[in-house]
Amino acid sequence: MNDRPLVLNDPQGQSFKVNRAALVDPEILELERRRVFDACWIYVGHESEVRAPGDFRTRAVCGRPVIFSRDSRNAVRVFLNTCRHRGAMVCREAEGNAKIHTCFYHGWSYDRDGRLDGVPGEKDYPPGFRKSDFALMEPPRVESYRGFVFLSFDPQAVPLEEYLAGAKEYIDLVIDQSPSGQMEVIQGTQDYDIRANWKLLVENSFDDYHLLTTHSTWLDYLKNAGVKMQRPDRDHLLPSHGVGKPLGNGHGTTDNANFRGRPVAKWIPVYGEAAKPEIERARAELVARLGEQRAARVADTNRNLIIFPNLLLADGSSVTIRTFYPLAPDRMRVRAWALGPKEETPSARAIRLDAFLTFYGPGGLATPDDVEALEMVQSGIAATWREVPWSVMSRGMSKAGDQLNSDELHLRAFWLQWDKLMRTERPD
Amino acid sequence: MKKKTPARAAAARVTRAEVEEFLFHEAALLDEWRLDDWLALLTEDARYEVPSNDRPDADPANTLFTIADDIDRIRGRITRLKDKNAHAESPRSHTRRMISNVRIVGRTDSELRVEANFVIYRFRRDDSVREYVGRYRYVLRAERGGLKIARRAAVLDAMELGAMGLVSFIL
Repeated sequence: MNDRPLVLNDPQGQSFKVNRAALVDPEILELERRRVFDACWIYVGHESEVRAPGDFRTRAVCGRPVIFSRDSRNAVRVFLNTCRHRGAMVCREAEGNAKIHTCFYHGWSYDRDGRLDGVPGEKDYPPGFRKSDFALMEPPRVESYRGFVFLSFDPQAVPLEEYLAGAKEYIDLVIDQSPSGQMEVIQGTQDYDIRANWKLLVENSFDDYHLLTTHSTWLDYLKNAGVKMQRPDRDHLLPSHGVGKPLGNGHGTTDNANFRGRPVAKWIPVYGEAAKPEIERARAELVARLGEQRAARVADTNRNLIIFPNLLLADGSSVTIRTFYPLAPDRMRVRAWALGPKEETPSARAIRLDAFLTFYGPGGLATPDDVEALEMVQSGIAATWREVPWSVMSRGMSKAGDQLNSDELHLRAFWLQWDKLMRTERPD
Repeated sequence: MKKKTPARAAAARVTRAEVEEFLFHEAALLDEWRLDDWLALLTEDARYEVPSNDRPDADPANTLFTIADDIDRIRGRITRLKDKNAHAESPRSHTRRMISNVRIVGRTDSELRVEANFVIYRFRRDDSVREYVGRYRYVLRAERGGLKIARRAAVLDAMELGAMGLVSFIL
């Protein structure tokens, strides 16, 4: 693996290429599980998904089954969902509230704090057997930033906030939509597979170059509804100015002047006249709380933020949290949720959810075409990557200063970080 | 105004066989991708919904759905599906719908609540078949020209969309 270059970065020659083997080779997937996923902070969930002591959700994070929960003191905890006795998954429900999690196989039970509570026939174990030695295991590190909970399987990982680097500013912009600084995950999960390598969704999630061609029917839908859009000048491909920006540690974002509407707080005709007063109220609240300048920053820009390696916060037509992980080199699982201000009124919430579905998700008017694009890439490269080994990612390389959202500086930053980690040996 | 409207008379008389005939006709239109003819079956205030798999009985006003279209977005969806640039359905899916267990579960003056089971096999290009299994919840309105769809919710039984992938066609 180390003798085969996967990313060719040649700033002098203004060339940047990614080897397609990185998208198809099972050995590379095995290596990136260890060197990328197990070395980074990986998104687990949002604090609002578990609210009271005993609340839990089970999910796969970093390839491991985990119980994401609140303990007896209402602290957020993450447990590996495997019994300390013989390994069965202790919790088999997708979500719920429980004082005790009992492994049904032999009946070992664990309390909300992960402590081994009950062992049937405990007296038959040798005298040295102590229940306190068999609490549910936890990942070495669990930390959160503004409600977003991450874990790391690297005990030596830098603190989460340091890891997030420039991404924090963009998370803050999302949170500022809420008067109390509290956003919450709205119920209803979009959970679907894409038959493509997971890194293709990273690229796609903040690559605005594809907007005009991949999403022409979505743009037509907006235009037909009366949304005005016009390229700011001949230097722009897209209907508004936007930049693509690396944020450190492989994170990156687009940062665009908004033309597509925002529940907080920019009305477009797609929302309907009835929604106008609600959006105007949200706008006025923002201005009163943050001042004109910050309010405009929150309300008049949209940003697709990639937190390395596999989390997207898309603050666009609505706010979506989207995380995804590889099932195979050519298959990923996507899980997405809508995020909204905790104190949002029922009517504003309804507008937010409606706006979400104009673009996002497996039944939206745009995401399905992204999925098709990714699956066509995978189908295109699966059997040809030896003959056609390199993908081109050099847009914007000759420009000084800011790069457009339709350039590829932020994509290159993702790949460079990936490449660096893949070359960093780690203990097994 | 005690006079019975024709619509009310029609609603009271509708039989399950007529409802089945109507749903089979709708399924045939969708399988044949006769999308404008399908649109003509809808009322002016129709809704089309696919709830998220983990909240099958929820309300789209407070829950993220997979699809929650009012009539404007249904029309936008059809305009899109007829465009060759609707890449997820270009080339389009080939579907075969099995509709069964049709029941009239409620009647009001002018409307019927109908439930039915469905199995939809979806083929596309050289992909293996994808199977969508679930139940429909309809509100059908008896109008002068016959039955119209005021609401159709397609509720999938699977815990997650998973390998089904997309709902880019009309479910």
